Amino acid sequence: MHNLNAYRPQQMEMLSGTDINKCMKCGRCSAACPSAADMDIMPHQFVSYLARGDVDSLLNSNSLWQCLSCFACVQRCPRGVMPANLIEAARLMAIRPKGQEHLTIEEASAMLEPDMPQQLIIAAFRKYL
Amino acid sequence: MKFYYYPGCTLSTKAKELDICARLSAQALGIELVEIENWQCCGAVYPLGTDVIAQKLPSIRALKTAAQANIPLVTMCSACHHVLKRVNNDAIVSKEFRDTIARFDPDLAYDGSAKVLHYFEVLRDYVGFDKIREKIVNPMTSVKIGAYYGCMLLRPSGVMAFDDAENPTIIEDFINAIGATPIKYAMRNECCGGYISLAQPEKAAKMCNNILANVQSSGAEMLITACPLCAYNVGKQSNVNIEYFTKILAQALGLEVEQNA
Repeated sequence: MHNLNAYRPQQMEMLSGTDINKCMKCGRCSAACPSAADMDIMPHQFVSYLARGDVDSLLNSNSLWQCLSCFACVQRCPRGVMPANLIEAARLMAIRPKGQEHLTIEEASAMLEPDMPQQLIIAAFRKYL
Repeated sequence: MKFYYYPGCTLSTKAKELDICARLSAQALGIELVEIENWQCCGAVYPLGTDVIAQKLPSIRALKTAAQANIPLVTMCSACHHVLKRVNNDAIVSKEFRDTIARFDPDLAYDGSAKVLHYFEVLRDYVGFDKIREKIVNPMTSVKIGAYYGCMLLRPSGVMAFDDAENPTIIEDFINAIGATPIKYAMRNECCGGYISLAQPEKAAKMCNNILANVQSSGAEMLITACPLCAYNVGKQSNVNIEYFTKILAQALGLEVEQNA
């Protein structure tokens, strides 16, 4: 029987649309990231973890819930690696299995404030569940 | 000059001022904004996953309508602009994406030929900042205004093609055109925290206060933005004056802007 877990690194890379072999480990992505200080695995490290096939660490990383999709890393990468897309791929793989959403609909709904713009609510629901 | 207008979810609700002042100013500047029929929410964030199709369909529907009529599609909201431009780019660069959409629904088959614009681009490239300057009746001569670009208008610049991502000038040029004084500050293209203010409002507050400290030391008295989420996150902090760019434009053009819009 096939071990489906063996395909997860390829799955993550495909889902991200990035080519991790292009990374030259300069670290500009993490230097540009306004959330790097709050992350256990920083943007530039996502590439190394994935290259080693350590998908589990990425799926359990708090970085998935700290990335703001501000695209500073994508903008400043001199090699077109798109670290934000890699983090997004890990985030999607973390929340897609049934019952694995980061926040349940009840938890997310309890955080709503009356003055929040729809843009915030829709964006957050897209990211967390 | 006729444009299709895609207001988006927030401009119909919490950011009505951004919408109303856009329509008023467009009228005064000879721009015909026709609200696109049956528009659906863009989803607020561009779906980065390469296998995500369904979340891009609302954008495809609006893009296709604009492309078929050969009329540019205009947005006011940074997020709508970001999502529509990036989904349009997907249709331009990826045959696989085009084929998947066409297989899903042949009526939606789309080639990426729509022209997507932010209102700032319409003001700069179609009306012209010089023409706007001639129509200003209430120049805010003594007001020092900082442009708050945020993330989504600019990045990634290869796709957004809005302005230089690291040293943008379009909003400063706009501020000049309405007679005020633009103040450049270093953090004008930094992130306000975005959607993080749902689950971690303290983190968004910290990020906004870093930006605001920079704004204060620059001497700017007011910020202008095109993004309802930036306006919300930044506006929640104390001692902030942040306004939608369309409101400032409408006021400078001498238009009556109803209170509580």
